[in-house]
Amino acid sequence: MTVRIDQERCIGSGQCVLAAPDVFDQSDDDGIGLVLIAEPPAELLPGVRDAVDRCPAQVVTLDE
Amino acid sequence: MTEAAVCPVHQDRDHPLRPPVGFQEAVSDGPVRMLWPNGVEAWMVSSYAGVRQVLSDPRFSTRKGGQPEMRTDAGEAVLDPDQPGNINGIDGPEHMRLRRPLSRGFMVKRMNELRPRIQQIVDEHLDVMEAKGAPADLVASLCLPLPSLVIAELLGVPPEHQELFQATAGDLFGKNGSKDEYLAHATKLAEVLAPIVAAKKAAGTNDDMIGLMANDTDFSMDELIFLCIGLLAAGHETTSNFLGLFTLHLFEQPDQLEVLRRDPGRADVVVEELLRYTVGHLGGPGLTRRATEDVEVDGVLIRAGEWVSVSLMANLDEALCPRADELDLERDAVSHLGFGFGPHQCLGANLARAELQIGLRTLFERFPNLRPAVPVTEMRYRNDMITYGAAEIPVVW
Ligand code: HEM
Ligand code: SF4
Repeated sequence: MTVRIDQERCIGSGQCVLAAPDVFDQSDDDGIGLVLIAEPPAELLPGVRDAVDRCPAQVVTLDE
Repeated sequence: MTEAAVCPVHQDRDHPLRPPVGFQEAVSDGPVRMLWPNGVEAWMVSSYAGVRQVLSDPRFSTRKGGQPEMRTDAGEAVLDPDQPGNINGIDGPEHMRLRRPLSRGFMVKRMNELRPRIQQIVDEHLDVMEAKGAPADLVASLCLPLPSLVIAELLGVPPEHQELFQATAGDLFGKNGSKDEYLAHATKLAEVLAPIVAAKKAAGTNDDMIGLMANDTDFSMDELIFLCIGLLAAGHETTSNFLGLFTLHLFEQPDQLEVLRRDPGRADVVVEELLRYTVGHLGGPGLTRRATEDVEVDGVLIRAGEWVSVSLMANLDEALCPRADELDLERDAVSHLGFGFGPHQCLGANLARAELQIGLRTLFERFPNLRPAVPVTEMRYRNDMITYGAAEIPVVW
């Protein structure tokens, strides 16, 4: 289970941070999405799936 | 391709909080061709999947170009199609160049830091409303000043120019916007903004949006000024209308208001559901795109060059959530399209959320018996095509 963000296409919307604040953050330099926990434990996966769904640029992926 | 029926677009409502008459029925089996008052035909897409597809597929452009686009009246376009800094009208890398630095200013973290200040503004305005006594107009007391003060502070513009922001917002997003009026207001606003930008440049500070744009980006002066105008206008109109509409929906559905009263701590989830439902019930034409290649959407072939209007009535699609037509403040937040989707999704979404959550929660905590002074159906509404809301909300408590 690996979480990734394609930062090239990320628009810095922060939807991932709202969906799973423990897993994602935004860079102080440019607001771009950051993955804090690349291999999140099971209890954080629902939030990650929500982020995958909500990301407006569709750049959050979870390889299951 | 079979010739679909062409329905005219209109904004006549039989209830101020419901979509225009017949609209939902007309578009629900979409995509359908619709005819705009200025004679342009466009595809209307209104399914949840279709809307997400159009808004995120790079083959649909937001560039309005030289082509006549659908308009809600026969008038001339207010904005020059090549207006520098028009973030909503450019695609791809050009769009990212403007969008990225702005995103930083609207980060979730920054919006959370703003919350105490938003709370303070809300408290001060409700203090005044209470002191003056009932009846009060909620729009003038809270809905309008809150977003306007917050966006002015965020940018770093003195709030005394509020009326000018509002007039310009009206020109840009109003129904019968006239180009001459817009240009007159925009010129005045640019005169207010230019010395502020120059001062920020000289000081080299980036602690507000203008400072950030002036010192941390490669934006040209023209881009910067228009971005400020756009942000002031967008920050001004939308959130104030929604705060008012949310309150009206809650007045009309007291069982739902009870959910918020019982558990004000749920304000974040409550605001998401109200956004989903309210945006869905605005109906009418939505966001504009143009196909740059032939693309199939919901089983229909949209040809290169054709206009597409994306209806956020998609928020009422059962594919998004069960009983999508109902307001249910007890449901968990769903991925609604109230702020759009794709690379142009609302830049101010996290700011609007903070204002709506704090505003709505505090309003009903302070005035648990708040109620309309006249029936919701008898209030005055601004039936503009892009922004819709109550002109006045007389309340007692
Ligand atoms: C409840 C309040 C709001 C709603 C429902 C809303 C809705 C939207 C929607 C649907 C879009 C997408 C337009 C498109 O795809 O063509 C959008 C874009 C935008 N919004 Fe908002 N908005 C709100 C508040 C705000 C605020 C407070 C700001 C200001 C700071 C703002 C600034 C913008 C900007 C700059 C864009 C263009 C973004 C781009 O094209 O990249 N909005 N908004
Ligand atoms: S939700 Fe998507 S676009 Fe927004 S910050 Fe996260 S990764 Fe970037």
